[in-house]
Amino acid sequence: MSAAGWQITATAYELCIAPFAEFAFMRRAWVAALALSLSAAPLGVLLTLRRMSLLGDALSHAILPGVAVGFMVFGLSLTAMAVGGVVAGMLVAAFAGLVSRSTALKEDASLAAVYLIALALGVVLISRHGTQLDLLHILFGSALSVDTQGLAMVASVASISLLALAAGYRGFVAESFDPVFLSAVSQRKRGPFGGKAWMWQQGFLMLVVLNLVAGFQTLGTLMAVGLMMLPAVSARLWHGALPAQLVNASAQAMLASTLGLLLSYHLDTASGPTIIGCAGALYGLSLLFAPGGWLPRAVRPAHRVA
Amino acid sequence: MVSLDNLTVSYRQHPALHHVTGQFVRGSLTAVVGPNGAGKSTLLKSIMALLPVAGGRLTWAQPQPRVAYLAQLAEIDRSFPINVQDCVLLGCWPAAGAWGGVGAALKAKVADALQAVGLGDFAHRPLHTLSSGQFQRALFARLLVQDADVILLDEPFNAIDSKTTAALLGIVAHWRQQARTVIAVLHDESQVRQHFPQTLLLARQVVAWGDTAQVLTEPHWQQARAMAEAWDDNAEICSIDQRRLDQHSHGQRTGQEQAA
Repeated sequence: MSAAGWQITATAYELCIAPFAEFAFMRRAWVAALALSLSAAPLGVLLTLRRMSLLGDALSHAILPGVAVGFMVFGLSLTAMAVGGVVAGMLVAAFAGLVSRSTALKEDASLAAVYLIALALGVVLISRHGTQLDLLHILFGSALSVDTQGLAMVASVASISLLALAAGYRGFVAESFDPVFLSAVSQRKRGPFGGKAWMWQQGFLMLVVLNLVAGFQTLGTLMAVGLMMLPAVSARLWHGALPAQLVNASAQAMLASTLGLLLSYHLDTASGPTIIGCAGALYGLSLLFAPGGWLPRAVRPAHRVA
Repeated sequence: MVSLDNLTVSYRQHPALHHVTGQFVRGSLTAVVGPNGAGKSTLLKSIMALLPVAGGRLTWAQPQPRVAYLAQLAEIDRSFPINVQDCVLLGCWPAAGAWGGVGAALKAKVADALQAVGLGDFAHRPLHTLSSGQFQRALFARLLVQDADVILLDEPFNAIDSKTTAALLGIVAHWRQQARTVIAVLHDESQVRQHFPQTLLLARQVVAWGDTAQVLTEPHWQQARAMAEAWDDNAEICSIDQRRLDQHSHGQRTGQEQAA
C-alpha cells in the first residue's frame, strides 16, 4: 500500500475505531445504544402506524416522577431509578387506558391529562430534593457514564422487548390495523368488561415504557424518544411493507448511534443529543431521497399504461 | 339466533336505543333501516358487545354461534403497510389466534375467498393500492374466511359503485342459501325491498319489525322521522319500567310512550 493509502487508513482508524478501541466507556455506550436501536426503533414504527407518534413523548415525561422517587429514596442508584421509572410509566399507561375504556375520553386525551400531572409531579420532586444538575442528567442522559450494570439493564430490556415483539407480532399488528375487528372476534364471549383485545395495546405500551426507561441513562428520558421515533418515521418513507420498515428503522437507529457517539467524542458535545441529531440528519436524507420522499416525487418517471 | 329483550343503550342518559325487543331468526336476512341517529350502528355494536348495555338483555341461541362483524368502511386505515392476503388472513383469528399456525389449508381458504370476491390476483398487492370498492371486497373476503353463523354488516355498500354492490349482494344471497343469519344496516330502500325479506325499522326504538313489504310503508316512515328528531335535554326519566329505574335511567320525551 502506498504512503497515501496508509495515511487514509490511519486517519480512518483514528476517527472511527480508535475511540472505541481505546476507551471502555465508549464501547459500553456503543453497545448500549446499539441494543436500544434494535428494540426501540421497531416499537416506534408500530407507534407511527397507530397514529400515536407523540405518545412516546408523553410516556417519556410520565416516567419522570418514578425516576425522581427512586433517586430520592436510594440516591443515584440506577436500578432504583429504573424500577421507579417503569412503575410510573406503567401506572400512567394503565390509568390512561382505563380512563379511555370506561369514560367518554379518547385515549390520547386521557393520556395527555395523566402524563402532564406526572410530569409536574416529577419536576416538583426533583427540584425539591435534587440539584439542577440531576434534572439535566435525567432529562438528557449521558451515554458516556453507562457502567456494566447499566449495560446489563439495557441489554436485558432490549432482549425482552425483541422477544415479546416477535412473540406477539401478529397481535400487535392486528390490533394496530383493525382494533374494532380484533375486539369483535375476541370480546363477545367474555363478560361485561370485555375480552382481551385491549391487552395487546396495554402490553405494547408496557414495552414502550420499558424501552424509554432503558434509554434514560444512555440518552435521557427526552432523547430516548428520539431514537425510538426518528428512525421509525424515516423508515416509513423507504418501504411499503411492514417487516422492511422495522428492519430499516433499526438499521438507521444503529447508524445514528454510531455516528452520533463518534461525533460527540471528536467534537466534545453531549452524546444523547448528538445521536438524535444524527438520526435527524438521516431523516432529512430520507425526506429527500427515499421513494416516499420529495425528489422521487418531483422527478416523476413516465407512468405505465396499466 | 339472537333475541333482544328490552335492550336499551344510552349516551349520557339519552337513549340511543330504547327498549328494543324482538329476535333475529336463524337463517333470516334482515335489513336495519331508519333515519340518521336512529341507533342502527349502535344496535350492531351492542349485539357485538362493543358497547355497554344500559338495560335489558341480549340472549344468544345455544350453542353459541360464531359471529362476524363488518364495521363502517371509514374506520380502517387503508394506508397500513400490509398486503391483501394478510388482511384477509385476519379472518382466521378465531381459529388461529395470536400464536396458532397459518398453514397451507388456511392460505387456500384465503385464496378461495379472494377468488369469490373477484380479487383473485390481488393477494400480494399492498393494501393502499386498492380502491375503496376493492377494499370492501377484501373485507367481504375476510368475512368469508371467518365462516360465521351470524354476520353483521354496518352500511356495507356506502360509497361503493353499483357493480361491486351487485357482486357483494350476490355473496349475501349465497350466505342466505347457506342458512346463515345476516343483519345489515342499509340506506337504499329499493335495495332493501329487492334483496332483504325482513326489515327492522328503527328510530331509537322499534317502529316496525317483520316482512319488508309490511314494514316499509309511508306511515311507518313518518313515525320514524318524528321519533328520531325528538331529543330533549330536559326530558323526563323514562317510565316504561320504573322498577328497573335504579339499574338504568335515561331521558324520555314526554308523550313518546303513546307513539310506541
